[in-house]
Amino acid sequence: MTATVESANQRVYEALMNVKDPEIDTVNIIDLGMVEEVVTEGNNVKIVLLPTFLGCPALEIIKKNTVNAVKELPEIAEVEVEFIFHPPWTSDRISENGHKGLRAFGIAPPPKHFEEDGTWHIDCPYCESTYVTMENIFGPTACRSILYCKSCKNVFEAMKPVSTLM
Amino acid sequence: MSSTENVLSPEYKEAVTNLLFQLADDDFLFSYRGSEWLGLAPHIEEDVASSSISQDSMGHATMYYTLLEDLGLGKADDLAHLRPVQERKNSVLTERVNGEGYYMETPQYDWAYAVVRSYFYTQAKKVKIDSLRQSSYTPLAEAAVKVNMELFYHMLHWKTWFVQLLSSTDEAKKKMNDAIELVMKDFGDVFSYGSAKQAIESNGLIASEEELKDKWKANMAPVFESIGMEVPAIPEAPAANGRNGDHSEDLTEALSTLSEVYRLDPVAIW
Repeated sequence: MTATVESANQRVYEALMNVKDPEIDTVNIIDLGMVEEVVTEGNNVKIVLLPTFLGCPALEIIKKNTVNAVKELPEIAEVEVEFIFHPPWTSDRISENGHKGLRAFGIAPPPKHFEEDGTWHIDCPYCESTYVTMENIFGPTACRSILYCKSCKNVFEAMKPVSTLM
Repeated sequence: MSSTENVLSPEYKEAVTNLLFQLADDDFLFSYRGSEWLGLAPHIEEDVASSSISQDSMGHATMYYTLLEDLGLGKADDLAHLRPVQERKNSVLTERVNGEGYYMETPQYDWAYAVVRSYFYTQAKKVKIDSLRQSSYTPLAEAAVKVNMELFYHMLHWKTWFVQLLSSTDEAKKKMNDAIELVMKDFGDVFSYGSAKQAIESNGLIASEEELKDKWKANMAPVFESIGMEVPAIPEAPAANGRNGDHSEDLTEALSTLSEVYRLDPVAIW
């Protein structure tokens, strides 16, 4: 019985790997660290997700795409998706694979460390130069900032770091 | 969440509900006024930044309305759009218009007022969020942790504008000082819990009004000091207390505009 539940869970996780960020198709919601829990009960499954930013308009789309992807599994009847605030999503939940996917899209992954005063530094996702300037801490979406690389002269975006230490 | 609802005493639930409406309505109106600046901010980067802050703040309002929905108060969207003016619990400060005119026609909005209101309000919100992290109502304490992370960037943003404009030309300083006076006139109910003061404070939902006011002043002090100014005094008694449903015409106008589409067809699926 346990083995069946485990394999059902695993198939759900595999399906979730096909649920991409609606704007960044190189990263899925598992690598973004948004999937907190998958609970399978018989043929029904509940997927608990963490919102990156509370006002993110993509959340409803992600929810819909999650339901659709998991419903494809023949053994699954009902799919429920719930967003919770605790634990809070933090940018360190993005996996190494997620970092790779972001860079492939031209978005610098969030920095791993903060300076003592709360500032942070990232390198250019295109040429890896550290000679970059912050154009705008706020960007085209709630979770991104806009920067400029003085080496390769590209404008690029970065995932905004968020942490409970802030 | 329905299990939480069952174990709360009626008095406790009433206090939580009241506080949640204050927090939700504050962020709802604050972000609505912020959104009216879209396309009108001083430059394009500011347009991106301030609309992003409005979007975050609307997300915070949504979350508080959702906590109310979890308590059985009705649908979050209905709570945001359909409640009449006299039931609204936002601070009068958050409902005030951005200036003369209408944004679809010839708005003559006051950027100094936007900066001062946003900075003072965001600092007040920060003080409340810090306290809410220890709230006796766990769902609210957990939500506060999330809001706090986003607030970090809002604080940084408005503080930068505030200090820069007050360290700028005489004209900028004059406009900023006029704005400070205007904002402080409406600051009397920002830290008020209205008639629910005793219930909210005695249930350990959030720190007392007095404590929060002191924290706000203490956090503002070094910033004002850096520009050679003193922190303005918070009015003792509010001229009109929004927490008790006492509002201006500005709120009536805001609600009719923002809920116009929603009221056309409340059962539509968006």
